[in-house]
Order: sequence, then structure tokens, then C-alpha cells
Amino acid sequence: MDELPIKSGDDVVRVRQHVRAAAADTGLSLVDQTKLVTAASELARNALVHAGGGTARVEVATSAAGRAGIRITFSDEGPGIPDVGLALTDGWTTGDGLGLGLSGARRLVDEFELMSKPGGTSVVVAKWSR
Amino acid sequence: MERVPILKIGPTLFVSIQIDLQDQSVVQLQEDLAEELVATRATGVIIDITAVEIVDSFIGRMLATIGSISRLFDAETVLVGMRPAVAITLVELGLSLDGVRTALDADQGLRMLNGHS
Repeated sequence: MDELPIKSGDDVVRVRQHVRAAAADTGLSLVDQTKLVTAASELARNALVHAGGGTARVEVATSAAGRAGIRITFSDEGPGIPDVGLALTDGWTTGDGLGLGLSGARRLVDEFELMSKPGGTSVVVAKWSR
Repeated sequence: MERVPILKIGPTLFVSIQIDLQDQSVVQLQEDLAEELVATRATGVIIDITAVEIVDSFIGRMLATIGSISRLFDAETVLVGMRPAVAITLVELGLSLDGVRTALDADQGLRMLNGHS
């Protein structure tokens, strides 16, 4: 398990590289690696832009069905998301994007869990080998 | 922050992205390209993303914006070399890159700009 800081644009790149290496080691297909890394990029950027930074914890995990994969937990201590349902809607945006960050990331992974309250948000995503 | 170089070959600006793009590098590329378009009076831009491993919503939006900006300077942009896994992921993400012309490789992109296809 590795915990990576997200404090700058360079850190977002490092999270992507780390997730790519972990996903390749676990045997995820190239397309699944790309989907997971893309989702990680969206979520790391969210932590940076909306919460001023956070952390990404990357771990090798096994699904309920026994498939190997990668689970990533993004945590921040930002203001939280006032309306989670709305934030997960395609096209909903805080104004500086297309509104595809959260909703798009959710489509790219096999498991997605979002918890948010004032004072912090955490998003857990997982992708399993086929 | 690393910077993406812009080469001028004839009437075409050629950009080959060989670094792991962070947001600020893409924003910088957008500004550099706009300035180069004015300075060189180029009529076409080829953006080669053969080496780009992921395009997320921010990078995708910036690439589309580069296409729109170049049109304002009377230049056409063609995005070339997208990896299959990147294309599949982009569509699933919900980004269609409408308005950006694409070609399989730089060769085909150049022919597109020259009006042969």
C-alpha cells in the first residue's frame, strides 16, 4: 500500500504514473489500466482544485468475486460536496470544466464510493482484472 | 513544469507531446500555439499524441480548445496518433471531442491539411 500526496500538478502526474505501474503489475488489461489511470487523474485533480490538495492511497486488492485489482482511496480535507447526487450528474460543473470529472470517473471503474461532508471528501474506486 | 516544443515545418506547426502532461503544461501549450500561429502565419497544426497514455476531461477539453483557437487564426488543427485504449476511455468518459479533426498518423494528418483527403 502506498500513500501519495496531492499538492501540485506534478503530484497529479505522479499519482497517474504510480497507478499505471500498480495496475500493470496486477495484470489489468491495457484498456482497463488506461480507464483506471484516467479516473485517478480526474479524482486527483478534484482533490487539488476543490480542496487545495489531499492524498491518494493505492493498494492491491481482491474483489468479492475473487478477482485481483487495484483500489484507490482519495481523501481531502476540503469544504465537501454540498449535493453529492448533483455532483455525480453529467454536465454538472463548478464552472471550470465540462462537468465530466466525477461522473466520468465513476463510469471508468468497477466500484465507486463517494463520502462527503463539510471538512472532507473521500472517494474510493476499484478496478478488477477480467 | 515541462514545456511542449512547437516545430514549424512549411506552413504547418507540429506539436509532438512526449511528456506526462500536467494541467499547467497544456494551458501553456495553448498560449504558445496561439502566439506561434500569429508569428508564423501557419495554416495548419498537427498535434501528435502517439506517446500520450491518457487523455482525461481537462486535457481533452484543452485539445478541443486548441482546435477552436487555431480556427480563429485561420488555421486547421488535426489530432493524430491517438492510442486505441485512449479512444475507448475518452468515449466512456463522455468526451467526444466534437469539432476536432483526427487522423491515424502524422502522414495522414498532413495530407488532410493539404486538402488531399
